[in-house]
Amino acid sequence: MWSWVSECVGMSRTKRIYMDHAAGRPVDPRVLKAMLPYIKSVYGNPSSPHSFGQETKQAIEVARTKVAELINAEREESIIFTSGATESNNLAIKGVAYRNKDQGTHLIMSGVEHMSVLNPCKFLTTRGFKATSIPVDQYGFVNLTNLEEELTSETTLVSIMYGNGEIGTIQPVKEISQMVHGKNAYLHVDATAANGQVPIDVREEGIDLLTTSSNDMYGPRGVGALYVRKGVRLGPVTHGGGQEWGLRSGTENLPGIVGFGKAAEIAAEEMPTESKRLEKLRDRLIKGLLDPVPHSFLNGHPTKRLPNNVAVRYSFIEGESILLDLDARGVAASSGSACTAKTLEPSHVLRGIGLKHEEAHGSVLFTLGKQNTEEEVSYVIRIMPEIVKRLREMSPLTPKELME
Amino acid sequence: MYSKKVMDHFRNPRNMGEIPDADGVGTVGNPVCGDLMSVHIKVKDGRINDIKFKTFGCGAAVATSSMVTELAKGKTLEEAEKIGRSDVADSLGGLPKVKMHCSNLAADALHAAIEDYRKKKKAER
Ligand SMILES: [Zn+2]
Repeated sequence: MWSWVSECVGMSRTKRIYMDHAAGRPVDPRVLKAMLPYIKSVYGNPSSPHSFGQETKQAIEVARTKVAELINAEREESIIFTSGATESNNLAIKGVAYRNKDQGTHLIMSGVEHMSVLNPCKFLTTRGFKATSIPVDQYGFVNLTNLEEELTSETTLVSIMYGNGEIGTIQPVKEISQMVHGKNAYLHVDATAANGQVPIDVREEGIDLLTTSSNDMYGPRGVGALYVRKGVRLGPVTHGGGQEWGLRSGTENLPGIVGFGKAAEIAAEEMPTESKRLEKLRDRLIKGLLDPVPHSFLNGHPTKRLPNNVAVRYSFIEGESILLDLDARGVAASSGSACTAKTLEPSHVLRGIGLKHEEAHGSVLFTLGKQNTEEEVSYVIRIMPEIVKRLREMSPLTPKELME
Repeated sequence: MYSKKVMDHFRNPRNMGEIPDADGVGTVGNPVCGDLMSVHIKVKDGRINDIKFKTFGCGAAVATSSMVTELAKGKTLEEAEKIGRSDVADSLGGLPKVKMHCSNLAADALHAAIEDYRKKKKAER
């Protein structure tokens, strides 16, 4: 933690404020420390019977237990380590779809899922499967009536995220699970943005498969996991030497897995206090960003949202311009604007909650993390009205009376 | 992502605003990208005497509109008409490829303003 010395003299470029934790998080120093021996001196292959290999195997199993405990998984063997959330989502969707083709070929996902859920589903429609996208309401909640209507005896998998990284909305997972299980389909939950921030209990909430990623809880990148409940029929996507019970072949990413385990352990310990702290910061930031500026709005639900998620939008101005002005003052945030994306289309999540193109374009996303402080929140609250004012003065869309 | 020159025009835009009694106004927009621009010109003796812009859009959109006003100011209408899309990007020291579509708007807005002026002139006669 660095002390706040530049508060009175204004921000210099050297003091930067990072509020883009949905895009990437720093690795916790305790995680790095736990990983180092497994980069430096422990290197045996866990598949080898000798002591070098067994040392490694032991470390991987400890990590597996930690990841399992964080989501209250019934047994460690239900955790399959992968290269990250994208691979976990691909494994869950393709792995269930192909393995259960004899039961049905229908998949359901929400319209605000991550691309690593939407695109595998889209791909499967070119392989004889049918995929149905369920719309969400203005807050981003899945339309349950619609879900119930779309579920058929042909449906094998429903994929709904736990919490949305872009608008923060947390889905009623237990309710969804009961509906899905009523039709004998599996429920896959992408908990990438939520796990480590909100308590998740796969057993209590009735989750069959769950995606989680290491970096989203201050672990290293390039490692994630898929939880698979015992009895779920899942086939591999990666074939090879048969690691991870044959469901994910490839030599284990040893330092990554050890780091992930440590990150999960820390998350379990610190979540109750840290999430409360973040919620306080979140609510103060939301209020401070919206109250002083007319024609400003919150994206997502005010209370049923991830503790670190602050998603707002300002009419008449464009998101990338807001980000550039924030960056010029040392603040890193994100935007749902088309002009910052590769696709040139505004975010499908913002379109999904019913925002018009021009409304989606004016969105800014702040995702908070461990190192963010009250002072940093105060600073962002202070500079935002000036930024909005400058860009509105420049915009031909701004109503004349607003600038007087 | 952006060059120093682009950022300078974004942070300190030249000729930003509107001309209440403009001789020509050009407004162009690209709904896909979300950029919208308007260029106002004042013409005297066949030259662009004054020019102002307003832009809703990304960094590239703002910087190119600012740049096009600098390039066009003081030019004859014939010279200004020749300012092409690539001239604007080149004067800024280049733009990211993905941004080309929004930066093209600035030259288009200038040309639309000149066309508007010519149309009005014709109607006067
Ligand atoms: Zn643009």
